[in-house]
Amino acid sequence: MSGKPLVSILSAGLSKFGKRKGVYGRELFVEAVTEAFERCPKLDPKKDIRAVIIGHMGESFEHQGHTGPTLADWAGLLPSAAIRTEAACSSSGVALRIGIFALLSGLYDIVLVGGVEKMTHRTTPDVTEFLAMASDYPFEQWHGLTFPSLYALMATAHMHKYGTTEEQMAMVAVKNHHNGALNPKAHIRREVSLEKALNSRMIAWPLKLYDCSLITDGASCLVLTKPELAKKFTDTPVHIIGSGQASDTIGLYERQNFTTLKAAKLAAKEAYKMAGVKPDDIDVAEAHDCFTIAEIIAYEDLGFCQQGKGGKMIENGTTTLEGKIPVNTSGGLKSKGHPVGATGTAQACEIFLQLTEQAEKRQVKGADIGLAHNVGGSGATATVHIFRRG
Amino acid sequence: MAEASLPFTIENFYKLVAEGRLMAAKCRKCGKLFVPPRPMCTDCYSKDLEWTQLKGEGELVTYTVIHVSPKQFESMVPYAVGIVKLTEGPKLPGMICDIEPDKISVGMKLKVDFNTTLPSEWPRWPRYYFKPFDVTS
Repeated sequence: MSGKPLVSILSAGLSKFGKRKGVYGRELFVEAVTEAFERCPKLDPKKDIRAVIIGHMGESFEHQGHTGPTLADWAGLLPSAAIRTEAACSSSGVALRIGIFALLSGLYDIVLVGGVEKMTHRTTPDVTEFLAMASDYPFEQWHGLTFPSLYALMATAHMHKYGTTEEQMAMVAVKNHHNGALNPKAHIRREVSLEKALNSRMIAWPLKLYDCSLITDGASCLVLTKPELAKKFTDTPVHIIGSGQASDTIGLYERQNFTTLKAAKLAAKEAYKMAGVKPDDIDVAEAHDCFTIAEIIAYEDLGFCQQGKGGKMIENGTTTLEGKIPVNTSGGLKSKGHPVGATGTAQACEIFLQLTEQAEKRQVKGADIGLAHNVGGSGATATVHIFRRG
Repeated sequence: MAEASLPFTIENFYKLVAEGRLMAAKCRKCGKLFVPPRPMCTDCYSKDLEWTQLKGEGELVTYTVIHVSPKQFESMVPYAVGIVKLTEGPKLPGMICDIEPDKISVGMKLKVDFNTTLPSEWPRWPRYYFKPFDVTS
């Protein structure tokens, strides 16, 4: 049924996500790579890894650009070729894809892909402004639009067209906080009641505080190799069997439809086809819940349910830890947190843990096929990857 | 400003906004309308374009009311921003003014108006915005 492996994941690592006072992003990255190296003792990083591909969104946060070589250096991987990818919140989803390109090109045997963002030391208005840079400047930012408000525009459209409710959106927050409470790496490890989520303060109507993902510090990474080399290093690799990516207009307003992300739909189609699997085959998924409405739209774009039925899907419990397709077992961007550049590979890290039975209290029993859906900005970039237990 | 000789740039779009005109670039080859204007038709690759005056009327497709904003807009919160489908077809985002946020609804008819006060810093563009039809100002 499944397609052949494109590449294999040997290991994965994640820093503790949260409000990390007194450290720089590069220092968080050291936490992530240390964990990845410890998980794969047969790997000799200095000898084996020859390229480092890093997702990092914003120079503004730490007043630091040129982060590719900086992070390669801090990871002890000089003089590896270092490449930085920037695609807003999908910066490291793209880094992962470039890692696949690097291996498939034949130039490299083993690469490290990852991402990092340090955000919480800046004020909320500053972070709001920096994140908004991933939207259209002259027609969106200039007219006062922010990221929450762009997703609010999608939420209003979805509510109007399909009858999706604020309560259904809040249910996404409740589910993801439940999962995040079980994840020792999550930023906010706390259950949230439906009532609390619904009554939280307004950010951009109809989105309230608990509809928004967190401003978080964190780093993540994966070690990738060619499938034929994987067993030399580990008995439990995870194969990537499908990879898709597509682009859309930078301005949300230029799209035909505000209730779906076309780029995500196309990326999913490409990944499913490559992997030879259907939405029904997915055992566990990480979806880009930058806002609760985004997870509801993701259910539809990924084919987990029909267009317009995403609200019903969260209501029915299909995507809880015990449901048919558990989504965001890590807690998602909502509770694990959303250090924007680190998110894509952090999602892949959670799928790696699930498919190697290392997800502890949030383990989905016998999960064999996983999916990660990473969206940049309001959907101008989307990547979808499909994983299979090795 | 005689627009016939103006290049099809975002800056010129806003210069026309400063004169109270909402203008699109129209591809002479395939007829596609671009708001904002583009130097090339991305559908058919033609650079044979012309400025076209838009009526500045349309229907609200979706909207939000922003309570947390960047610093620049902090004095205005809460403010409403929507996406309007113009009569001519293209969609354009903009603030919705001269109406209480709870009176706004998807599908309502709006018309464009202009705030030609120039900000002191780059990019020094005036803003267009939308308002309901029954408001006179």
